[in-house]
Amino acid sequence: MAKTNSLDAQTLISMYRTMAIIRNFEETMVNVYMEGKMPVFDIAGGTVPGEMHLAAGQEPVAVGVCAHLNDNDTVTAPHRAHHFAIAKGVDLKKMAAEIFGKDTGLGHGKGGHMHLFDQQKKFGCSGIIGAGMPVACGAALAAKKNGKDWVAVSFFGEGTANQGSFHESLNLAALWKLPVIFVCEDNSYAISVPKSKSTSIANNADRAASYGIPGFEIAENDVLAVYEAAREAVARARRGEGPSLMEVKTYRYLGHFQGDPELYRPKDEVAKLRESDPINKLGRQLIEQGAISEGDLVALDQEAAEKVKEAIEFARQSPYPQPADALKHVFV
Amino acid sequence: MSQVMDNATQTERLLTTSKAIAEGIAQEMERDPSVFVMGEDVGVYGGIFGSTTGLFERFGGDRIMDTPISETAFIGAATGAAMEGMRPIVELMFVDFFGVCMDQIYNHLAKNTYMSGGNQKIPVVLTTAFGGGYSDAAQHSQCLYGLFAHLPGLKIVVPSNAYDAKGLMISAIRDDNPVMFFMHKGIMGLGWMTPLPSAMAHVPEEPYTIPFGKAAIKQAGDNVTIVTLGIMVHRAMDAAKQLAAEGIQAEVIDLRTLVPLDTATIVESVKKTHRLLIVDEDYLSFGMSGEICARVVEEALDYLDAPVKRLAVPDVPIPYSRPMEQFVLPNAEKIIEAARNLARM
Ligand SMILES: Cc1ncc(C[n+]2csc(CCOP(=O)(O)OP(=O)(O)O)c2C)c(N)n1
Ligand SMILES: [Mg+2]
Repeated sequence: MAKTNSLDAQTLISMYRTMAIIRNFEETMVNVYMEGKMPVFDIAGGTVPGEMHLAAGQEPVAVGVCAHLNDNDTVTAPHRAHHFAIAKGVDLKKMAAEIFGKDTGLGHGKGGHMHLFDQQKKFGCSGIIGAGMPVACGAALAAKKNGKDWVAVSFFGEGTANQGSFHESLNLAALWKLPVIFVCEDNSYAISVPKSKSTSIANNADRAASYGIPGFEIAENDVLAVYEAAREAVARARRGEGPSLMEVKTYRYLGHFQGDPELYRPKDEVAKLRESDPINKLGRQLIEQGAISEGDLVALDQEAAEKVKEAIEFARQSPYPQPADALKHVFV
Repeated sequence: MSQVMDNATQTERLLTTSKAIAEGIAQEMERDPSVFVMGEDVGVYGGIFGSTTGLFERFGGDRIMDTPISETAFIGAATGAAMEGMRPIVELMFVDFFGVCMDQIYNHLAKNTYMSGGNQKIPVVLTTAFGGGYSDAAQHSQCLYGLFAHLPGLKIVVPSNAYDAKGLMISAIRDDNPVMFFMHKGIMGLGWMTPLPSAMAHVPEEPYTIPFGKAAIKQAGDNVTIVTLGIMVHRAMDAAKQLAAEGIQAEVIDLRTLVPLDTATIVESVKKTHRLLIVDEDYLSFGMSGEICARVVEEALDYLDAPVKRLAVPDVPIPYSRPMEQFVLPNAEKIIEAARNLARM
């Protein structure tokens, strides 16, 4: 890839590192989630009960976009949120603790895996489809009113582009020239429903045209391609030129949620997708370029595993909230 | 309680609630070509909570229609199709998601009949899953049937078991009015939820109906009346067993429908037991428990020997973490304690 050379090695290595942490976290969660749910699966049981939507395979969207953001920028994420949280720099320990329902978690165990909020990193997510886009518009509106060059990014799945809030938010953001970047991750499915059965056109990026804003189609699950497209979208927003819409083709390696029987997709689909794994691809590129050695790559992976292990350990050791703490925090 | 129930026990076939619902829908679809189903993941997946299991294979994609995630559009479309003489069944996957489509539900589905001076039939069944207890947190665990019952124009059905679910579903499909059909996730018999064997029931193979507004007395008793619905019926029955061992005979009433509400059965029971405990997995304030209390106070105040007791979620969103969630939800132990205290008064 010619474009690789235009990026400095440090940025590439840093993106590799973040993707490796995300992958390791998600794959670790696959096992943690099953603890206490064997031999009979019960969603209410185990170390981490409730629903679990993991994003292994979808790292490029999160990392390629968030590489352009800083702590002043806002991110809103959907139900499948871990990769975005990690890419935005949310504290891994506090995030893990929240997922474990512990008092040391981001929300003292009130929110859980679909409801992670970090005020320092300006990150939030929601389990309601399409909920993040209006909120991102609001963050962008505040930045604009305050004369800041801060931006807001709203991430969502391709199934979500059929929700009313998507269209309302795009129009509002375009009308008011808000510094928002709408980023759609197209993993081909909304639970069991394939994109072709839910969406009247092939590319959601084309929908940007109806609101008079730029639409970027990124056809590869490739972090550099995402990074390049996002560079332009974020820069536009910072310059006060208004919103953009990006759609990135990506893969979901795991079920919609853990425990999904996945009867709606061919058995070998994921195995095929894994052959063009975006993390392996970047690793190889880094080595080919001479930016790092084989040994460095192994070290990066180990470092990621170590970080995740520490976070999970922290979550495990942390105390649960008191039962009556449930009554706190309805209001500040 | 019902004749129907006694007949039912003659058949030996045990079904889960989700299978019973799917069977009721299938039989009505066979009988009436104007019945069809729309919703997210109702097709190949069979409904996230199994309410359309096997229907796609049987009736195909023209009558079992997967929708985009566009609740305003497809729930509104159910109203429109019903006004043209169709009988749509439309699914709002979790009741918590009503927020994105509430205008279509309460300003249109619920009101068009009234605003047309009764000239417009709207035979829509809006199915929806509700309830918590499995750590799905604040946006996926609510009940909210009280909220919908508050709004005039929607019949509100909340079955507690497979037998009732099939009969109530067939009644709902045949009703010429909008019916919201609430399915507690814990009674559906899903392989991935905590099993609840008492929600399975002998379900006759032939179609049958259960009338709306007729509560079921699940257990007769003289000392305290426990009024509830949905999964809490099972918790109340567990509690009643323990209470009986202590010499307290609880009468357990399963409301089955909130709109219409079988006030007569509740009032009659209170006149006998003189004590009322209302168990509700919904929020405490301004909801079902307050409404039932008010009706009893209006019609049987003089018969009460103790203040009415309400067990419900103490006006907080449902917290994720297990110890906190269990703290806010009613359960058998809390019912036992509350009933015991009432019986002592
Ligand atoms: C308003 C609303 N409707 C439906 C759902 C149920 N639901 C949760 S995730 C999902 C599919 C989302 O698909 P997509 O946007 O493609 O994201 P992905 O899960 O593929 O990441 C649905 C329908 C919801 N959470 N909120
Ligand atoms: Mg998707």
